[in-house]
Amino acid sequence: MAFDAKTTMVNAWRRENGRVGVRNHVIILPVDDISNAACEAVANNVKGTMALSHSYGRLQFGEDLDLHFRTMIGTGANPNVAACVVIGIEPEWTRVIVDGIAKTGKPVSGFSIEQKGDFETIRAASWKAKEFVHWATELQKEPCPVSELWVSTKCGESDTTTGLGSCPTVGNMYDKLIPQGIYGCFGETTEITGAEHLCKARAATPAVGEKFMKVFQAYQDEVIEPYKTSDLSDSQPTKGNILGGLTTIEEKALGNLEKIGRTSTYIDVLDPAETPAKGPGLYYMDTSSAAAECLTLMAAAGYVIHTFPTGQGNVIGNPILPVIKLSANPRTVRTMGEHVDLDVSGILRREMTIDQAGDALIEMIMRTANGRHTAAEALGHREFVMTKLYRSA
Amino acid sequence: MTIPHLLVHDRRDNVGVVVVEGLTAGTEMLGVVTEDNSDFRLKAIADIPIGHKVALTDLKAGDTVIKYGEDIGRMVGDAPKGGHVHVHNLKTKRW
Repeated sequence: MAFDAKTTMVNAWRRENGRVGVRNHVIILPVDDISNAACEAVANNVKGTMALSHSYGRLQFGEDLDLHFRTMIGTGANPNVAACVVIGIEPEWTRVIVDGIAKTGKPVSGFSIEQKGDFETIRAASWKAKEFVHWATELQKEPCPVSELWVSTKCGESDTTTGLGSCPTVGNMYDKLIPQGIYGCFGETTEITGAEHLCKARAATPAVGEKFMKVFQAYQDEVIEPYKTSDLSDSQPTKGNILGGLTTIEEKALGNLEKIGRTSTYIDVLDPAETPAKGPGLYYMDTSSAAAECLTLMAAAGYVIHTFPTGQGNVIGNPILPVIKLSANPRTVRTMGEHVDLDVSGILRREMTIDQAGDALIEMIMRTANGRHTAAEALGHREFVMTKLYRSA
Repeated sequence: MTIPHLLVHDRRDNVGVVVVEGLTAGTEMLGVVTEDNSDFRLKAIADIPIGHKVALTDLKAGDTVIKYGEDIGRMVGDAPKGGHVHVHNLKTKRW
């Protein structure tokens, strides 16, 4: 019998807003770069919390500031986060973020440093963080349907084996789960170059396809054209991609697009870190192709599990989003086995079909949702990187 | 089934991907087209690393290279059938 995602359960946390989370983090979130030290001190004081240090948040404005707030609020709002302490240098922007996260109904509390200093802020925030940890650790998991999971994807350190094996495996998983109600997400605007006609054709409607082409063309016109070198300074494909046998951006893009499978169409084009609002289905998000930036944006949009095909061996993780890595490259599986959650190199040997690999990935998604730590979690990979659109004021 | 040396995505492709480590010149490769599982034989005329591409036909400078049934760039040097296709002889048409 075919896999039924609506009746197959995982044990996870049902949050106040109804969303399903697969982790139960208490996070200490800095509004800005200069509040990192206080957040790290709180996380050091209170075990079971995690500070999400980052590099920005001062003197940003306009669309760039909107993205900063959206990423901060989305991170705190993510269902993998049980409760959140927010610390900023001043109270106003701190309150914007606290109020945004509070809309989920989860516990959130803000602290600001001006006129108090780090010591007093750390003291007060540590008391609140400890209270949140006691509360969160008593929350019970409950059976939740697989169909309620939000599963994103992005590949990294790609090579030719990703297009042959690991990306089609993710695509097969989406072919099976998207029709059953999960939310999917793919992005990487630059790495669609060469396959944009195919990507446009996979939009659910002509209007969505035009929305994608607008985002794609805007990046080409606003970033690539003004700043390009003869070949993007060997940035696309990357040096690692080239070592793995990829030669051109077109070749890389065609392999990349294998991640969306054969049957699903995307129903909307999201801004970076934008939460999907058109119901279950596959979404395209306008993201960088840099792994840490892309995953931070997808986590902020509300995705709770990430599937990450790699060829040459990317080691990426995320603080709140479990990253399942799969590889079809037998050399990478052998030399970097500690980073690989799912070995699909059997596809290259014709010992494993794409259909079997897709089933194995669904099983790994369920195990991860049930609590199995991913390789990235076990190894402490917690890359949290804000996307910045332009220079600060 | 015997383990292939070479996989090809689409019947229209003029390059395939080496999927075994340590492939040496002179190897009579077993190739499989994943689209329809058909197989063929091709002699490698160079040492080609895993993941790198092989010309399935004689490719000349200026030829368009097809993979996934799609245009992935232009040859800027020649690669004879069974030869290595990589950044030294294949370039994007984009940048």
